[in-house]
Amino acid sequence: MLARPGLPCFDYVRATSPEDASTLLLENGFAARLLMGGTDLFPRMRDGLLRPHLVVDVKGVPGLRDIGYDTHDGLLIGAAVSLNVVACHPDVQEHYPLLVEAANSVASYQVRNRATLGGNLCNASPAADMAPAALCLDAQVELYGAAGYRRVPVVDFFLGPGRTALEPGELLVAIRFPAPRAGSHGRYIKLGRNRAGDLAIVGVAVYGYPDAANRDSGYRFRIALASVAPVPMRSPAAEEAAAQSPLAGDWLQATADAAAESASPIDDVRASAVYRREMVRTLVLRGLRYVSAKLSRPEGGWGVGRGQEGA
Amino acid sequence: MNKQTISVTVNGAPERLEVEASLTLLQMLRERLALTGTKNGCEAGECGACTVLMDGEPVNACLVLAVEADGCEVLTVEGLAPSGQLSALQAAFSEHNAVQCGFCTPGMLISAYALLKRNAHPTEPQIREALVGNLCRCTGYVRIIEAVQAASGERG
Repeated sequence: MLARPGLPCFDYVRATSPEDASTLLLENGFAARLLMGGTDLFPRMRDGLLRPHLVVDVKGVPGLRDIGYDTHDGLLIGAAVSLNVVACHPDVQEHYPLLVEAANSVASYQVRNRATLGGNLCNASPAADMAPAALCLDAQVELYGAAGYRRVPVVDFFLGPGRTALEPGELLVAIRFPAPRAGSHGRYIKLGRNRAGDLAIVGVAVYGYPDAANRDSGYRFRIALASVAPVPMRSPAAEEAAAQSPLAGDWLQATADAAAESASPIDDVRASAVYRREMVRTLVLRGLRYVSAKLSRPEGGWGVGRGQEGA
Repeated sequence: MNKQTISVTVNGAPERLEVEASLTLLQMLRERLALTGTKNGCEAGECGACTVLMDGEPVNACLVLAVEADGCEVLTVEGLAPSGQLSALQAAFSEHNAVQCGFCTPGMLISAYALLKRNAHPTEPQIREALVGNLCRCTGYVRIIEAVQAASGERG
């Protein structure tokens, strides 16, 4: 491997407000890059994939490193909050364990001290580990740009590999998670080439909760996948299969099959498309079994949801 | 406007430096302050050879700009033995033959030091998890884990 000469030259500026950051981005166009943790930006700059003349650090923008939780409004995480801070926050641990599990699956402890939730979403990697959890939890991203603030459901934020709904001059300010659903449980299962520290070959998040309105089974599930499509995705077909009556047949297998069918994986250096699709099937099954057990939903019988309808 | 003056405390000593924006914390430590204990491995946050503590938390110094460390406290492997006397953790590495070529050792020590600070008696899985970001190309992981266990007083 070639010796690396360090980072190419650039100017560095600390933005003081979202307006300030937005103006700097607009004035400098493609010559400017936003800096949060730098764990993705700096390696890409060093490899010559990105050559910004100006790096705009937004870690000092008020609110971007804050976490707030409220039983009614839910969770608000500043875009530049590090993944370790997310994973160690008592409110996140208590009410959003799925986020904790996803955050702890990213790279290493050192990297998680710098890497941010906002950065993980803005890089829009198909393999983004925080994306399946954010999709399952109905997250919304709060964006600021020349036209002011706007909120976008995270499901509409990812447009393609490395592409997001961010307009020129717009930045991600915070990520909102609605109050958790009563009795919900979730699981993020990441398959890498080794047990830890690697990018996901396949990432699967399963999230389930009792829902008396679903008269077929008394439960609802969210199923989201990473690294098996151009963008992190939810699988509506799998969610539909998971909501059906257990009397309709093997709902677990039907859900896993639907999830595998909905993926559109590619062959790359880390795995083949065929392998990825099979792993979606396997991991969705595993995630469903885990979440069902937590929900005390019998795999083959009626759920407890029926009995709870009056409650 | 490329250069900025920063104030940073390194191993307890206040430093004032004029740095280029593109200078990494790793380059600053090794090339400006001659603290070459911190190693330059992959420069991509994969290997952990450059792990240092920044305000008490381990980070990859290759992924932090010197200007980002402005106002921070940095601890490098040199700071683990300020008087030249090995710390208990370092002595455990030596005693348990946890050092082979030695290139990963400074980063391993800093990650282990940070782990023991937040969890005085980690389990073996917790030690492994804390060291995920520190690669040993000699593959001498077992002895490194034994050394951390010994230093934590869980064993020997």
